[in-house]
Amino acid sequence: MAPKEFENLLYEVHDSGTLVITLNRPDKLNAFDDALSFELVDALKQAEKDKQVRCILLTGAGRGFCAGQDLQSRSIAQNDGESPHLGESIRNRYLPIIHKLRTLEKPIVCAINGVAAGAGASVAFACDYRLASEQASFIQAFIKVGLIPDSGACFLLPRLIGLGRAMDLMMTGRKVEAQEALEIGLVSELCAPEQLMERAMQVATQFSHGPTKAFGLLKRATNQAMNVDLETYLHYEADLQEVAGWTQDYQEGVSAFMEKRPPAFCGR
Amino acid sequence: MATASTIDIPKELQSYQFIIASVEGAVGIIQLNRPDKLNAISIPLMTELVECLTWMDTHDDIRCIIVTGNERAFAAGADIEQMAASGPIDMLLLDQFAKWDQIRKMHKPIIAAVSGFALGGGCELAMTCDMIVASETAKFGQPEINLGVIPGAGGTQRLTRAVGKARAMEIILTGRMFSAQEALEWGLINKVTPVELYLHEAKKLAHDIASKPAVAARLAKESVLKAFDTTIEGGLDFERKAFYLLFASADKQEGMRAFLEKRKAEFQGR
Repeated sequence: MAPKEFENLLYEVHDSGTLVITLNRPDKLNAFDDALSFELVDALKQAEKDKQVRCILLTGAGRGFCAGQDLQSRSIAQNDGESPHLGESIRNRYLPIIHKLRTLEKPIVCAINGVAAGAGASVAFACDYRLASEQASFIQAFIKVGLIPDSGACFLLPRLIGLGRAMDLMMTGRKVEAQEALEIGLVSELCAPEQLMERAMQVATQFSHGPTKAFGLLKRATNQAMNVDLETYLHYEADLQEVAGWTQDYQEGVSAFMEKRPPAFCGR
Repeated sequence: MATASTIDIPKELQSYQFIIASVEGAVGIIQLNRPDKLNAISIPLMTELVECLTWMDTHDDIRCIIVTGNERAFAAGADIEQMAASGPIDMLLLDQFAKWDQIRKMHKPIIAAVSGFALGGGCELAMTCDMIVASETAKFGQPEINLGVIPGAGGTQRLTRAVGKARAMEIILTGRMFSAQEALEWGLINKVTPVELYLHEAKKLAHDIASKPAVAARLAKESVLKAFDTTIEGGLDFERKAFYLLFASADKQEGMRAFLEKRKAEFQGR
C-alpha cells in the first residue's frame, strides 16, 4: 500500500526508526479542524503498521504545539437555533486519536514546542513521554466556554498529576507555564526552545533502539492497570510477561547483561 | 497434560485446500485457511471442516478438538458473492446448513480459539463449538441484517441462549460488532487473553480436558447439550441415566479407587 499523502501534518520517517509527526497548521496554532484530526488518526494507523517505525515523535510547527479544537471548524459550529452535536464530533474525531495514542504499541514522545490548549493539551497527556520548550504552556480552556475537558483529559490528567492539581487546572482554566508543568510532573524535562527538537530526537532515537515489543506490552499493562482491580491485573501481567519472555529481545537483553555489553534490540 | 503420543495425520487429511489439520498429544487442531478471504466459510471449506472433525471425533486417541483461524480473522462470514445470485429454491436445494448440523453431533469437546473477526457464519461457527477462548482483539457480530437477511446457521438461537433475549435482539437487529470483553461479561465465551496467547490458552484448556476420563467427558458434553434441547425433567432424567451408566466404566473404578488411595488416577478412556 502506498503511503498516504498528508496536507495538514508532516510525516517523516528517519533512519533511526523514529517517525516525526508535525502538526502543520502554524497560522492556526495547529488547531484541529476535521481534516487535521482525521489525518492524525490516519498517520498513527500508518505508523502502527509500518515495521520500520519503532518510535513516534509528535510535535507542532511554528510557535504553538496545538490550540485544540478550531472553533471556526464547520463540524462544531452552532447552526441557527439548532443544538450542536459535540458528542458526535468527539466520538468521530477525538476518541480515535486518544484511543490510538494509548493503544499503539510503540513509544510515543511528545515535544511540546509552544501552547497546548484544550484538546491539544489532552493529546499531549495521552502520549507516553513529554518534554517541553521553556516557552511551552498548557491550558485546559474548556470550562471557560462552558464545556468539560475532553479528549480523555478528565481520565488522564488526574492520573498524571493527581486529582487535586488536575481539578485546579480544569476548574480554573488557568495557564500552566513550562516551569510549573515540570514541577508538577506534567512533563519530564524542559529544554531551551532552540534545543527542543534536538533533545526530543535524542530521546526518541533511544526508544527506537529499545525492545519495541516490550514497550508495547508495557503500554498494554499500564492501560489495563488503570481499568481493573489488582487481582485481575496481576493475572493479566503474568500473561503479558509470558509473551515478553518469548521475544528475541528478552534473550538478547539477558545475554547482553551476562556478557556485560549493551544490548542490540531488534524490536521483536 | 495428555500423555498420548502424537498421531500421524493420514495422507488424505494432509491434502486439504481450505483447512490445516494437526494433532498435538491428544488434541486435534483444525485451522481455517483462507487468509485472503478472512476465512470466509465457503461450502468447500465447511465440507473439509466437517470431514476432518468427523475423522478426529472417531479417532480414539484424540480427546479434544480446537477449531481456530488466524490472528486477523477466525472467520468473517459466508461467501456473499455466491449468495447474491441465489434464489430461495437454489438455497433450499443446496441445503448448505445441513453440513453445519453435523458439528453439533460430534461427541468430543470442541473449543473455538478466536482472534480478529468472528462475524456472521464465523460467529455462528464459534458458537456451535462447545467453548470459546478469545484474543482481546476478537470482534464478534451477526451483521446479516445489513444485507437484508438474518443469521441462518443458528445465530438467532445460540446467541439468544447464551446471552439472553435483550442482548441477542440488539446484536442481531443492529448488526453491530461486540468485543471479546463484552462477550466474556455476557457469558458467551470462556476466557479472554492477550492476542499472542489465545491459541496457547486454548491448547492448555484442551489438554486439560483431554486428560479427563473420555467416556465421562462424552456423557458430560451430551448432558450439558441436553439442557438446550429438552425440558428440565427430560434433562435431569438424561443426566441421571448417564450418571448411572458411568458406573459401568473402568475409569470410574480407577478414579474412585485412586481417590481413596490418595494417588493420581490412570485413566484408559473406557
